Amino acid sequence: MRLRKEAVDMIKEICNRYKDEPSPLMLVLSDVQKEYGYIPLEVQEIISNELNIPVSDIYGVVTFYSFFSLTPKGRYVIGVCIGTACYVKGGQNVLDKFSELLKIKPGQTTEDGLFTLDGLRCIGACGIAPAIQINGKVYPKVKLADIPKIIQEYRDKEME
Amino acid sequence: MGKIQIYIENKPYVVEEGLTILEAAKICGYNIPNLCTWKNGECSLASCRVCLVKVEGEKRLVPSCAYPIRDGIKIFISDPKAVVARRTSVELLLSNHSFNCQSCRKNGQCELLEVAKRVGARPDQYMGEMTKFHYDDVAPSLIRDTNKCILCGRCIEACKNTQGIGILGFEQRGFNTFVGPAENRSFNNVPCIQCGQCTLVCPTGALMEHSEIDKLDQAFQEGKYVIVQTAPAVRAALGEEFGEKIGTSVTGKMVAALHRLGFYRVFDTNFGADLTITEEANEFIQRITSHRPGPMITSCSPGWINYIEYYYPELLPHLSSCKSPHEMVGAIIKSYYAEKHNIDRSQICVVSVMPCTAKKYEKDRKENSVDGIQDVDVVLTTRELGQLIRRSGIMWKKLPDEEFDNDLIGDYSGAGVIFGVTGGVMEAAIRTAYHILTNEELEPIEFTPCRGLEGIKEASLKIMGQEYHFAMCSGMKNAKAILEQIKNNTCKYDFVEVMGCPGGCINGGGQPYVFPVFLPNEDDDIQYTYIQKRANVLYQEDRNRKVRRSHLNPDIITLYKDYLGEYGSPKAHKLLHTSYNYHREKYPDLNEN
Repeated sequence: MRLRKEAVDMIKEICNRYKDEPSPLMLVLSDVQKEYGYIPLEVQEIISNELNIPVSDIYGVVTFYSFFSLTPKGRYVIGVCIGTACYVKGGQNVLDKFSELLKIKPGQTTEDGLFTLDGLRCIGACGIAPAIQINGKVYPKVKLADIPKIIQEYRDKEME
Repeated sequence: MGKIQIYIENKPYVVEEGLTILEAAKICGYNIPNLCTWKNGECSLASCRVCLVKVEGEKRLVPSCAYPIRDGIKIFISDPKAVVARRTSVELLLSNHSFNCQSCRKNGQCELLEVAKRVGARPDQYMGEMTKFHYDDVAPSLIRDTNKCILCGRCIEACKNTQGIGILGFEQRGFNTFVGPAENRSFNNVPCIQCGQCTLVCPTGALMEHSEIDKLDQAFQEGKYVIVQTAPAVRAALGEEFGEKIGTSVTGKMVAALHRLGFYRVFDTNFGADLTITEEANEFIQRITSHRPGPMITSCSPGWINYIEYYYPELLPHLSSCKSPHEMVGAIIKSYYAEKHNIDRSQICVVSVMPCTAKKYEKDRKENSVDGIQDVDVVLTTRELGQLIRRSGIMWKKLPDEEFDNDLIGDYSGAGVIFGVTGGVMEAAIRTAYHILTNEELEPIEFTPCRGLEGIKEASLKIMGQEYHFAMCSGMKNAKAILEQIKNNTCKYDFVEVMGCPGGCINGGGQPYVFPVFLPNEDDDIQYTYIQKRANVLYQEDRNRKVRRSHLNPDIITLYKDYLGEYGSPKAHKLLHTSYNYHREKYPDLNEN
């Protein structure tokens, strides 16, 4: 995919922000993920040229951390915690239920671009396990029966 | 550096401080089994956990390749816990490894297999899920098989540090981790120069050259005139495949083996090197007399050509248009030689034995063909020739010394021989350029500023009152430094020689492996000295040749007189010169739509 000029400028600007950092890659990737939404190879190539870091290194980092994404994420990113405490409390079942209802696997995005489903390691909310977060909003002690309602909540939001 | 006392198995030794346990132990006479470390820490991720030893006072076993010694340290290599742990590490590596040792071409030179033997690894200790593997044999030069990869990271460091490129990296995480180019692409679809330096460090068969022995077999089967040529660097290393000491010249035995393998003619690529020199020296003189902006850069190394096409296409006008020597030989065999002998050129198969993996790619370039027929049909590495000789049952030690075939293009000069080492092309070119400019011969003939294994060398020479500046570099990291000078208009050189691999062809990606574990009779520092030892072979052969200047090679003189006309004639251009790709995409298909 050929990137638009505005996109190229935006990525170069982000690289510029951290030019003087001793190790700028994580900072740049983190901002690109936030502001551009995902980090495909085309974008990595620009970062590689700007920071003088091999593409393979950048690709390695992007695929290592689940926070970074090679494909566009949906408008609502559903993060289901499957860290130890949540897992013991049924986090995996919660994840499976979302997967079943949205018809996507963890890491994928629904065709309408509305939802992305991710399995997360511990999000530090063990006291309210099993927990999920959607675009930063945390849902405590999620029961399987709640899940259709939660999804519907966001679908309705979209209809407004 | 101060000296400190250490203890191994309770015996005291005095060694320099600042070493790792692994390095210190080697000096004291212990070779601790290890896999991932390379050249005293050039790669040292401590990822394989094979070199674990016990250190008094440490709660856990420590990886000796990463653990620094200190005064009074007590190291126990044969501690029962350490012995078992090393064995377990190897067994775990094997549990996630291809089981096809018998058909793996690395067998016999596989460090994993050797270490498994040494630590006494038992079969099938851990059976379970295996990491999904990836196999790439799309590129003409290299094959990647992650099923054999142990994630040591040596190839990643080699590509990044020795070449300054960084095509390979770790991808994904945990159990799914594998090594490959970004997006798990083929080497063909990334800006990989296919130099093969990664194959020289891979401890297993995960990275290897793309073998073309099948193609050769087919040519024989079709009854073609199969004509072989060997690059200068091959004779300096082929013996290593048969247990000769590094630095043994095996020109005569190599030729004898090739005769016995059934080749129709056995020629030396050095003839092509001489031809490259006459054409290139002439081109250089044309350039300086027409005041084209300098410098001119050599074009014999296909890894280097790949590099400049991918990374500095705007500087391509600086490249000499000369084909590389083996392509020239191929073109001459399929024209001059074929016509003189009345052979249909489509019935000729030209085989090049090269120290190089990138040559496999180079021979397929459409720019290296004449009237739709490729100049060279098959490229074998030095290692593949070793395999071919072993397959045939030929007993190396019983081979006599034989001469290349004296048939139109069989002669070569000493100048051609030194092409195989960094600085050699320049030295050869200066010998001939001096003659063309002055009509006299350069004395003394050995132009020593061109010699040595430094990454970048400089030389200058006054010819007819005019001072010329030369630079020679090897390894892409060094080439990059010079290219940046050209880009910034700060380059003072008139002529630059670039070789893709550090040290030149003698250290090419297709040369025999130098793994100390398989070389018990070589010096401890062999990984640092082998390039010089191979270089010495070529300089010695240059000294032994009667004719040491390319333009005085009698077969070259006849070729120009009878066939090509003058240096740089239209016919020479058609056969011996090539062109370059200014629009080579680093990641083809990425910028579509």
